[in-house]
Amino acid sequence: MYIVIVGAGKVGYNLAKLLLKGEHEVSVIEKSKERYSTVVDDLGEAVIYGDGVESTVLKEAGANRADVLVAVTGDDEDNLVICQMAKVMFLVPRTIARINDPENEDIFTGLGIDATVSSTMIINSLIEQKVDATLIMPLLTLNGGNIEVVQAEMSGSSALANKLVSQIKLPPDCILIAVLRANEIIIPRGDTLLKANDVIISLVKKENEKALYDLLA
Amino acid sequence: MKIIILGCGKIGRKLALILSQEENEITIIDRNSDSFRKLAKSFKGTTVLGSGVNREVLKRAGINRADYFIAVTEKDNTNIMTAEIAKDVFKVANILALVKDPVRAGAYQELDLNTLCPTEIIVKMIAASITEKKKGGLGD
Repeated sequence: MYIVIVGAGKVGYNLAKLLLKGEHEVSVIEKSKERYSTVVDDLGEAVIYGDGVESTVLKEAGANRADVLVAVTGDDEDNLVICQMAKVMFLVPRTIARINDPENEDIFTGLGIDATVSSTMIINSLIEQKVDATLIMPLLTLNGGNIEVVQAEMSGSSALANKLVSQIKLPPDCILIAVLRANEIIIPRGDTLLKANDVIISLVKKENEKALYDLLA
Repeated sequence: MKIIILGCGKIGRKLALILSQEENEITIIDRNSDSFRKLAKSFKGTTVLGSGVNREVLKRAGINRADYFIAVTEKDNTNIMTAEIAKDVFKVANILALVKDPVRAGAYQELDLNTLCPTEIIVKMIAASITEKKKGGLGD
């Protein structure tokens, strides 16, 4: 896939490195000369010096053949306009915007941005989880936060401990994906025996996370 | 008429002053309180401090009953985003966004957002005055 990233700050830079490892073709656009010089040693030709808000710069970056455009600058207005321009002028099929102010999330969605990522929201929810002393940790959020892949450790007093998977009743809209035990990864089947301190990875609808937590605690 | 102006810069101030001399209710929004000091004494409207992207600020400015929303801050993208919010979220009937970049101005005009591009206007005016002269319509 060809992915264009606008903004080579911490988020954009690390995203580019990750995607390049995954054999994707990546271009990162950075408007600060100083930041550009810092990352160019590492990213080489993948980084382009210019203002990603300018359509000429997007064109130069090959936005017209991009499969995905990701706008991760520190400015919500810029991220919105970059994504909208990518859609209208370069017909980029999928646009993803970083949101700095969580209040802007529904506006972005309403204005046709395909996906949004809000670091404030992610960090908040992580902290909330920790503060709650909940042992559920979200690994991946899908469908705008409605569905999550979560990781949780099963306590000794859990209703699931020492039960076969075929015997347990999970909350609605929840499935087990994997069980981590010591260094072993178990793909659970009916005859898998669950034990205390197993780390359970499951796919669950957000609203049923609490029920899953109660079951594991 | 109720008119909201976003951006208390040169354009915003002048516009606010002219419009407030007629029977209009003007509210001008800016996120820098200093900018309001430059408003002429004769300005009769109200000022609201805050970011125009913030819906609470827009509500405080009375956007729910606004007839016009005019975004004239220094930043094209702020003008575009707030104009989109005014149009899509608050359903303001008349929207105008100042967009200095001609490409962006054109693109959003296509998207049915009313944009105003100084470059385009100046170019058209100069070109028109030259054409007029050719016809012998101007000067003598």
